[in-house]
Amino acid sequence: MSAPVYGILAEFDSPHEVISAAKRAYAEGYRKLDAYSPFPVHGLSEAIGFHKDNVSLAVLIGGIIGGLSGYGLQYWVNIFAYPINIAGRPPNSWPAFIIITFELTVLFAGLTAAIGMLAMNGLPKPYNPLFNSDRFERASRDKFFLCIESEDPKYDASGTRAFMESLQPASVSEVPY
Amino acid sequence: MAQTVERVSLARENPIGPGHGLGSVTDKITDIILRRPIGLGWVLGLLTALGLLGALHLAIGYLLYRGTGIWGVNIPVGWGFAIVNFVWWIGIGHAGTLISAILCLLRQPWRNSINRFAEAMTIFAVMCAGLFPLLHTGRPWLAYWMFPLPNSMGVWPQFRSPLIWDVFAVSTYATISIVFWFVGLIPDLATLRDTAKNPVIRGLFGALAMGWTGSARHWKRYESAYLLLAGLSTPLVLSVHTVVSFDFAVGIVPGWHTTIFPPYFVAGAIYSGFAMVLVLAIPIRAAYGVSDFITEKHLDFAAKVMLATGLIVGYGYLMEFFTALYGGAQYDRFLVWNRLHGPYQLAYIGLLMTNIVIPQVLWIKKIRLQPIFLFLISCVVLVGMWLERFIIVVVSLSRDFVTSSWGSYVPTIWDWMTYAGTLGLFFTLMFLFVRVLPMINMAEMKTLVPEAEVHHA
Repeated sequence: MSAPVYGILAEFDSPHEVISAAKRAYAEGYRKLDAYSPFPVHGLSEAIGFHKDNVSLAVLIGGIIGGLSGYGLQYWVNIFAYPINIAGRPPNSWPAFIIITFELTVLFAGLTAAIGMLAMNGLPKPYNPLFNSDRFERASRDKFFLCIESEDPKYDASGTRAFMESLQPASVSEVPY
Repeated sequence: MAQTVERVSLARENPIGPGHGLGSVTDKITDIILRRPIGLGWVLGLLTALGLLGALHLAIGYLLYRGTGIWGVNIPVGWGFAIVNFVWWIGIGHAGTLISAILCLLRQPWRNSINRFAEAMTIFAVMCAGLFPLLHTGRPWLAYWMFPLPNSMGVWPQFRSPLIWDVFAVSTYATISIVFWFVGLIPDLATLRDTAKNPVIRGLFGALAMGWTGSARHWKRYESAYLLLAGLSTPLVLSVHTVVSFDFAVGIVPGWHTTIFPPYFVAGAIYSGFAMVLVLAIPIRAAYGVSDFITEKHLDFAAKVMLATGLIVGYGYLMEFFTALYGGAQYDRFLVWNRLHGPYQLAYIGLLMTNIVIPQVLWIKKIRLQPIFLFLISCVVLVGMWLERFIIVVVSLSRDFVTSSWGSYVPTIWDWMTYAGTLGLFFTLMFLFVRVLPMINMAEMKTLVPEAEVHHA
């Protein structure tokens, strides 16, 4: 009976049901919980207490580094590594360097957006206990899930299950590790 | 009352056929990949494309063996088909980014059903485009010389040259387009992982989906990243064709050295790109029964974008005339005369017909709603935009300032084979794409079905 459990998973049929269930679970004091949906549901991440992501900050930093390295590369090449007189232009002919500076800003910022998003999400993650649930396949199709994890300090097997059932979900199940 | 009005306007705006739910959207799109048997039309199409791809291999093989002398390029026309086709292909790619990035920022939900294959079109078109300058260098195995890599010669690229700007612009564009496309694919790959029954296919999609679960935290970061990528791609796409136009505009050749080139090139790119979107979308919606997702409204909107950008291109042509006459430079005036009466007169008249005159029928709503007509007009526009680049490259180069240095340009069979071959590469990739990856973004389509609406009580 006491096999390790990842959490208790409740299934809902519509986005507003899962939002109100998530709000109630958060109000109840649960913090180690997550909600799953086949498409981005606005207000769902706020309902589980996740308000601000740091992707835009990472992208800003990535963009600044990209811009500086783009200009820096051209400056270093034209001043130090390979100074060459092209039609009498000054070595640091900044207007001609803007385009590559811009392109590298976009390149670094864009790669940071994609890689940063994946890294902060902890992906790639080949094994996830949630995939042990046979209901969970539908989280990428047409169902909405709320999971309270066993690591939550307020978690207790029977109490949390009873609470989940009080939210009137379509189904409730335990997710084994 | 206000609520009713809102609902009515939403129904009118909603770019998805009635009766669809979250499950039916998933089924319809995953069925194309997982269950639909391979059709005869698809096989014949792929074989034709593969035949052309074979021609490309042959053309490139002989080119590597003999050198660029097998092409029609020579002094004074040193650019020829290589640059004509490069600009044509890269311009086609731009509509994909416009649809996926700019229309995303403008919150146009109708883009949701066409952005995926339009982005694929971008990537494949950029691949075709990239081949041409690479082969045109004559020694493609030394193409890495264009990148700023430390080397034993101590030589570095010349950063004041538009050609180097182009290397950076196009390679950044290709990279970001692939990243944007893949980020958009992740949730759909997870859907395919969860839908597929075959363990191998399941494993493949599972590996590509990287363990995506659809967690609310993940979605929030995902949406931030997606929006930022859209915001970054928007200036990027404008910059790419601007830089392509700088390849010309920074030179002093008559017909190239004009300030109107950047906006005029960007408009032309979107014009031909939307034509290619229609050329792909019209057969796809007929063959795969996805006209609930790619509706008449989509065709109508795409046709309107084509009409608008076509008029901008027309304005560009008018301004070229005006600048030549009003500016008073004799070489510019001669260029206008030469286009109308010179050896490439037929191409120029064809250009005016295909790019400006014929597309004006798109003003008529009945024609915009007739897929067959729309398909034919899009083909005409693609020819027109190709002729435009031909005129810009060849007419200007063949007769510039000094009469004694005039020449002419006739493409050889190898030029034509390389061009047809890239069409083969493009369509081979497109045929494979529609059967192995979801050509319509399921996660975004799901936000449009009535079940997805969140009622705020």
